[in-house]
Amino acid sequence: MQVHKYDVVIVGAGGAGMRAAIESGQRARTAVLTKLYPTRSHTGAAQGGMCAALANVEDDNWEWHTFDTVKGGDYLVDQDAAEVMAKEAIEAVLDLEKMGLPFNRTPEGRIDQRRFGGHTRDHGKAPVRRSCYAADRTGHMILQTLYQNCVKHNVEFYNEYYVLDMLMVDEEVTVDGETRIQKRVAGVVSYDLASGELHIFQAKSVVFASGGVGKVYKTTSNAHTLTGDGMGIAFRRGIPLEDMEFFQFHPTGLAGLGILLSEAARGEGAILRNSEGERFMERYAPTIKDLAPRDIVARSMANEVREGRGAGPNKDYVLLDLTHLEPAHIDAKLPDITEFARTYLGVEPYTEPVPVFPTAHYAMGGIPTNIKAEVLLDNDTVVPGLYAAGEVACVSVHGSNRLGTNSLLDINVFGKRAGLAAAEYALTADFVEIPENPTVETEELLNRARSSEGTERVAQIRKELQDIMDANVQVFRTEETLLEALRVIDTLEERYTRITVQDKGKRFNLDLLEAVELGFLLDMAKVMTAAALHRKESRGGHFREDYPTRDDENFMTHSMAYKDPTATETSGVRLETKPVIFTRYQPMERKY
Amino acid sequence: MSTETTEKEPASKVELAPGVGGGGEIPTFDITLKVRRYNPESSDDAYWDEWKLTMYGTDRVLDALHKVKWEHDGSVSFRRSCAHGVCGSDAMRINGRNRLACKTLLKDLDTSKPILVEPIKGLPVEKDLIVDMEPFFQSYREIMPFLVSKGHEPTKERLQSSEERERYDDTTKCILCAACTSSCPVFWTDGQYFGPAAIVNAHRFIFDSRDDAGDMRLEILNDKEGVWRCRTTFNCSEACPRGIQVTKAISEVKQAILTRKI
Repeated sequence: MQVHKYDVVIVGAGGAGMRAAIESGQRARTAVLTKLYPTRSHTGAAQGGMCAALANVEDDNWEWHTFDTVKGGDYLVDQDAAEVMAKEAIEAVLDLEKMGLPFNRTPEGRIDQRRFGGHTRDHGKAPVRRSCYAADRTGHMILQTLYQNCVKHNVEFYNEYYVLDMLMVDEEVTVDGETRIQKRVAGVVSYDLASGELHIFQAKSVVFASGGVGKVYKTTSNAHTLTGDGMGIAFRRGIPLEDMEFFQFHPTGLAGLGILLSEAARGEGAILRNSEGERFMERYAPTIKDLAPRDIVARSMANEVREGRGAGPNKDYVLLDLTHLEPAHIDAKLPDITEFARTYLGVEPYTEPVPVFPTAHYAMGGIPTNIKAEVLLDNDTVVPGLYAAGEVACVSVHGSNRLGTNSLLDINVFGKRAGLAAAEYALTADFVEIPENPTVETEELLNRARSSEGTERVAQIRKELQDIMDANVQVFRTEETLLEALRVIDTLEERYTRITVQDKGKRFNLDLLEAVELGFLLDMAKVMTAAALHRKESRGGHFREDYPTRDDENFMTHSMAYKDPTATETSGVRLETKPVIFTRYQPMERKY
Repeated sequence: MSTETTEKEPASKVELAPGVGGGGEIPTFDITLKVRRYNPESSDDAYWDEWKLTMYGTDRVLDALHKVKWEHDGSVSFRRSCAHGVCGSDAMRINGRNRLACKTLLKDLDTSKPILVEPIKGLPVEKDLIVDMEPFFQSYREIMPFLVSKGHEPTKERLQSSEERERYDDTTKCILCAACTSSCPVFWTDGQYFGPAAIVNAHRFIFDSRDDAGDMRLEILNDKEGVWRCRTTFNCSEACPRGIQVTKAISEVKQAILTRKI
């Protein structure tokens, strides 16, 4: 088995990972490990834009952006983190422009900006043009630009190296005469897909930037590869996961397919209609209507369908209407998503409304970090040398509901911070010794899957998992649906021990890869459901029909889910809480 | 000072045409899928495998491959990720033409005959539909695919007019899927040729008004394995799943080398 030694190892090569690598690679010996190729990462699927209060087209400032982010997240946002993000947004956009990102331009040649859901002028008075964009492929441009700059700076990539475990050791430290045990990271274990060999990467700093977990759901905008690996590895190694009950459903997925149609469509003037042709968002959000935040729009759409005003033969979707927009305007600003409608549904957006329904999109929760991107072992203990950024992390700038464009911003701001901090730490710290038998758990995991002779199929278990998550842990939830989901997940987990991987080879064994991914998906589904059960209130993306209002007295706290086999009633997940950080804004009723 | 957004306020309620947005329900249908198999772990020979499958109206070739992998033979190997044509993982030869499996609807193919799926050509096959992408990315890296700008960094953004931005818009769409490069007959026979994708990415910077390394890139592409190998067969433009006018971009680069005018 090969052992590699680097100052910094970054797990994941999407926006956050590559943004970190650009900083870290210029300061310390850095390797980036990805189970894909960097340019395949799902950052590339993001469409609408990246908000920053540049004020290029109208009055704006970062404080308004902070407020919108906090209110958008239904006050569960850590306000210190939101301030950092909104303030550094401006530099983050300018950094990208200097790296070569081809933003759309104003007639004066400056970066153009457009409207986006929940982003407003002066604390909610009206929608504001804050989103910097490159047509409707801003994520693609960010991913390409960051990769280009990694090439420029000779960043070392290990492509198709799937990280399966993190090596952690307990160290005795004495602080103020008191001796205690401190956890430190020593490196990661990865599986080279091409050869089937395990490789150990010893590192002083490890940055997790491995993305989200959308594949726990059936209808999702997420790539097949977004299986919560990074969150799963951290959870199994004793790191809690924060706010996992909050999962964002993007309002406008292509009906039945889940493929994303950017909110930029509504930013450019498209509106939603029900089967009666009614612009129903006027009822749910009278001030900003179709540009309300995603949780509100998604819930409104689901409600229209529930009350029988869904369109189509099965009355199970609503319609995104662009027909009042000029075709030339659509072509200039929304070329890709209108092509998706044509390619996949055969609908012509110039003349016909497009069938849409909410699609599982984004995990607000993840590995807890502070604003330096340092990973937390509990409410305040940092794991030295361990960092996380992007969707895998929870810093928390999104609270209970992320505003559109704030994820492209998050990866740039906190990716950069993570890269800088990881390099800085590595320059002063020593390597932690690799523990004995570092790959024993990973080998067990792989051998179990490879040698098992059971009759269960990975794809079948995954399908049943996605079905129950779509049915019971989606936009609307109750204690009953959540308990039922946990029960089903438990039985799926038992069946998972009896799976068979048909491919017995070593070379590009993607059958084995899917089996391992399913293990992470099952773990994460359990955590998400247990956390949703624990939160007996409705806030942001988490709506409990049995507790339909926000309850600040009991639940103005982050949830922290720990792996704990003794918590048998909630499938081995123990829930604790962590205070929300307030700086400027006191909670108010959230109306739009 | 801002660009125009269409401000016409849409009606609160409209009459919808009957069946609007339905797109017409497409019934299930049967296909025969033939996949070119190869695994050097078990044999040096490639062979065809075949499955009969029942598929749904909106299914794509990728769905058929998944159905095989998930329900019939887990060892069938192919790359995929986003599944809607933006990540560039699943370029393959489908009925002899390079396409993305996730963007090719089965109903648009002739389903009365077997659907043939093979790895893209000109790159070493690793296993089934998986090829070694390294030579492809090597060519990409050689054309300096990043903005090079001399002089002082501005404190704010560099200015660029919409017309200047439009000049290279088409080539920014590239997702590096290799459908174009691996459709090029010159690339198949000449292992050294940069190939269309590398030239497309060079074009993206050569015609960017903010870039100062156009001459260097033109010099690189004026090499014997550079643009002059292109025989203008248009395979690349037909293969591009992003609709980039690849051959046009290559001609513009050729023209720029001749006139040194960007």
